[in-house]
Amino acid sequence: MNATAVRAGFLTSVQDLGRAGLREFGVSLSGALDPHALRVANLLAGNEESAAGLEITFGGMRLRFADDRIVVWSGGNFDVRIGSTSLPAGHPALVRAGEEFSIDSPAGGCRAWLAISGGIDVPVVLRSRSGDLRAGFGGVKGRPVRDGEEFPLGENMPRAKVLIEKLRTEKIARWKPPHDWSSPARRSPVLRYLPGADSGRFVESALQHFSSEGFFVSPDSDRMGIRLDGPRLERSEDVDLLSEAVAPGTVQVPPNGQPILLLNDCQTIGGYPKIAHVITVDLPIAAQLCPGNRIRFSEVSIRDAHALLLERERNLEQFRRGLEPHFK
Amino acid sequence: MEITPLGDSALLIRVAENFYDAPTGALNKVLATKRALEAAQIRGVVELAPAYTTVALFCDPIGAIDAGAPVENVFGWFEQRIHEALKSVVAPEAFGADRRQAGDNVPGYNSIEIPVCYDQEFAFDLDEVARNAGVHWKEVVDLHCGADYRVHCVGFTPGFPFLGGLPRRLATPRRDVPRKEIPAGSVAIGGRQTGIYPIKSPGGWNVIGRTPLQLFDPQKNPPVLLRAGDRVRFRSITREEFERATK
Repeated sequence: MNATAVRAGFLTSVQDLGRAGLREFGVSLSGALDPHALRVANLLAGNEESAAGLEITFGGMRLRFADDRIVVWSGGNFDVRIGSTSLPAGHPALVRAGEEFSIDSPAGGCRAWLAISGGIDVPVVLRSRSGDLRAGFGGVKGRPVRDGEEFPLGENMPRAKVLIEKLRTEKIARWKPPHDWSSPARRSPVLRYLPGADSGRFVESALQHFSSEGFFVSPDSDRMGIRLDGPRLERSEDVDLLSEAVAPGTVQVPPNGQPILLLNDCQTIGGYPKIAHVITVDLPIAAQLCPGNRIRFSEVSIRDAHALLLERERNLEQFRRGLEPHFK
Repeated sequence: MEITPLGDSALLIRVAENFYDAPTGALNKVLATKRALEAAQIRGVVELAPAYTTVALFCDPIGAIDAGAPVENVFGWFEQRIHEALKSVVAPEAFGADRRQAGDNVPGYNSIEIPVCYDQEFAFDLDEVARNAGVHWKEVVDLHCGADYRVHCVGFTPGFPFLGGLPRRLATPRRDVPRKEIPAGSVAIGGRQTGIYPIKSPGGWNVIGRTPLQLFDPQKNPPVLLRAGDRVRFRSITREEFERATK
């Protein structure tokens, strides 16, 4: 059974949890920029948490299904509707065959993730269904979804079938995940970071500026990275560095002194000095940054970064167990 | 050896300080380190990414904690295991150190000949490279085809090989303004390195020819023609041979 993107919106692509394990071939991680949001949405839709969904940037999308489906969305501050009924983030909802699911332009944040029961069943390429839009493979023919395009959905799993029956009348489930999980967009975001592998290559004032001043998100930002405008971050030496690994969360500084926060579609190696690394649990905040947003950076310890990550995983495990009664 | 956190889910292991003094030595240390870490099968390791003088170890901290790493010292736990694993890397300098010593068939690494058409139509910057080297363009081709190269790392785009071994004379600074689009298969020189653009992409290197070979194919396993450690030579082909090979 298929889904049809009546309107594809500004930029919509198929993403799952990405293709780890291929860095030595120069293949980017790809995947949802907020993997936690996609995992939660998938669990709520009765899917495996790694199922492929849609990453919808700046909304403007309208979608129809050929059969009944459970949908769950999470992400920025979007007006989402099934027909004319408003659908808040995080609530599983039934979309009947032929009904229209629409997602308008956001009032805050810029991205939403949509899990559809059965998952999006485009072919697995290099271990993942994610579209690598830069290299042109995976997802829907290696490119963003287009207006009028159909794409295949997997079969509804028994879990989703249970939900479909339960939601026949009320349509939208009353239960949802914690607010932070389904709506990570923040007004004046602070990104926590660990000192960069090359922080010793910057002058002291650059490190001070980085941790104390505001930076503005440049319009020239995409899934590869967020370009930031702020105080010029000066290096203490003028040597060409040899390329080495970079990763989502790495903040690198090219010669113009304006930092770039790398995201999932970033290249696997880079030669610019790394001033900081945003911690994994804060990347969902980065994924919602829009041009013009002002952000700040705040240093944390590795210990705290790992404790936060562990806490989030344990909470997710507990949440997963708590969901079980809904699928029975 | 120096181990530095690269965020909360990776460690950067620096195995060589200098590169240009001894590029082959650095490469062999990197490859030996990667192999030893692979063999050690440390729990929680997601993947190993080699580069010029470093191997990055990407990990799943939760996987490590589940395997017994203390949450307050996950990286210490990994570092201990890394040191343990690398103890067995005895004198990595001796590993496949030199083509003549090790022979052509170092296990696991391929020797690949890359046919290149250096025709003007493909070679946007061949004249610039020749001018910079102070030689006729034909000599650029002879020099480029006369050298032995090794793949130091793969990156920039999927399958893009960074090759060491470029004859000194051919070293050419990158273009001031990068090109918005360089065709797939373009063979290029950037500073003291040479490489091949596997897919159409922007780039600032000087393009001197084009190969009909496909360097990246997401449908294949592995998806790349060249991997770190592989040996490469270039062979000049005519326009007719190029056309035949791409048919």
